[in-house]
Amino acid sequence: MTPAEIREEILDILSEIAPDEDLSSIDDNKSFREQLEMDSMDFLDIVMELRKRHRVQIPEGEYGNLASMGSTVTYLEPKMRDIVNA
Amino acid sequence: MIAVDRTSQLPDDQRVVITGIGLTSPNGHNLEMFRESLLEGKSGVRNYNIRYVGDTLAGVCEFETTKYQSKRDMRRGTRAGTVGIWAASEAIHRSGLDWPNVDKSKVGIYIGVTEHGNVETENEIYSIKAYDYDTTFWSHHHNPRTVANNPAGEIALNMGITGPHYTIGAACAAGNAGIIQGVQMLRLKECDLAIAGGVSESIHTFGIFASFKSQGALASHEDPTKASRPFDTARNGIVVAEGACLYTLERLSDAKARSANIIAEIVSYAINTDATDFVLPNPERQAQCLQMALDRGGLTPDRINIVSTHATGTSSGDSQECIALRNVFQGCDTLRFNNTKSFIGHAMGAAGALELAGNLPAFQDRVCHATINVDNLDPECALPGLVINQPQELPRVDYILNNSFGMLGINSVVIVRRF
Repeated sequence: MTPAEIREEILDILSEIAPDEDLSSIDDNKSFREQLEMDSMDFLDIVMELRKRHRVQIPEGEYGNLASMGSTVTYLEPKMRDIVNA
Repeated sequence: MIAVDRTSQLPDDQRVVITGIGLTSPNGHNLEMFRESLLEGKSGVRNYNIRYVGDTLAGVCEFETTKYQSKRDMRRGTRAGTVGIWAASEAIHRSGLDWPNVDKSKVGIYIGVTEHGNVETENEIYSIKAYDYDTTFWSHHHNPRTVANNPAGEIALNMGITGPHYTIGAACAAGNAGIIQGVQMLRLKECDLAIAGGVSESIHTFGIFASFKSQGALASHEDPTKASRPFDTARNGIVVAEGACLYTLERLSDAKARSANIIAEIVSYAINTDATDFVLPNPERQAQCLQMALDRGGLTPDRINIVSTHATGTSSGDSQECIALRNVFQGCDTLRFNNTKSFIGHAMGAAGALELAGNLPAFQDRVCHATINVDNLDPECALPGLVINQPQELPRVDYILNNSFGMLGINSVVIVRRF
């Protein structure tokens, strides 16, 4: 997956986790928490969805990389670059 | 003028009244719709399909789920939480309380449940099957969804209530048990306002259907609206339903002080236990429970105008309840009996609270709704005064008695009076 495709995938996951939110104007450089009503259980949902959809494992010590869209895509790119987008 | 009963002689701060009702039932999502359906003979039972069991029947609720709850919270929570939030919000809205200025630390939430956690546990096991039962795919939401206080806790979260909240597990007597708990806590001054009643999400767990089927107690009929038929010779079991019915309960002194619209007064109640069988009822204990409720309220049986029966449509349960009712109410010629499950199926934890609510408008319109689907009355269930298929107008309605019984031999009775 390309960084753009990873971003789309994260947006799709977020649309399930935060169905009341408008995701069209997400600022990639701002934290999700600043822009969306999200708590630790929501971040665990992102981790779980990535595991379920793509078998991507994110160790607990690295959850901090999921703070913003920008940091998430940067962190996931090496883990997901070999995944073929379905 | 209603003759004096024991409760009406208590000081106002020991008397508990209903000032709001919120509900969702398979045939109506507010009291007016529900009552209209009961008077018009409108069933809420439909065809239904659930995993593993396949095609069956159920009572399914339709209401505006996002009126009081965000989609995010609905996803995070449970169906029991969602129906509970709807009913609690409606009960408060309809009570006329100045809710923003109510001290939320003095509000108690007491929710009866038949079971809780089956839905989410089944869903998770079904989900991880796709991952070869690898439990690292088990949801982190499972515990907050399945803790036994979940439905009450979701209501507290949604409405910002910081007083006590918990559920009362009481099988199918739970709706009455929730109401009784609310009354007791108000009398003990543990809260100033109680949101009390029962909820059911049971149509979302295949296990409930499968277990009733294995027991030979799951109803079937080619016409879904005729499947739930208590007291009929052709009854063949229970129709499972979801629902919720919660009451705003206040001490009479508080209700008077704010000039609240008082719907009814809860004048007596009783809970006891058969201690004889896991599933089979015991009419002797049921009769004792009825008598306890009457005695506690200082009431003779002939003071009751309408008895809302528990009967679920099982062969044994209906006739056993009738034995208990005959024992207690023998010679009460003006008494009328009806049944709500014939319309909506068995709403489990919500059943007792819903069945009481549907009868409360009789204090104003003096009409006893019927029990429907009785084509051939079982002689063992031929209670004198059973209102069959058509509603019946009564000269007066002062007292309504509500039966709710459950597995493991739990019996409950609530008696309410016109105010």
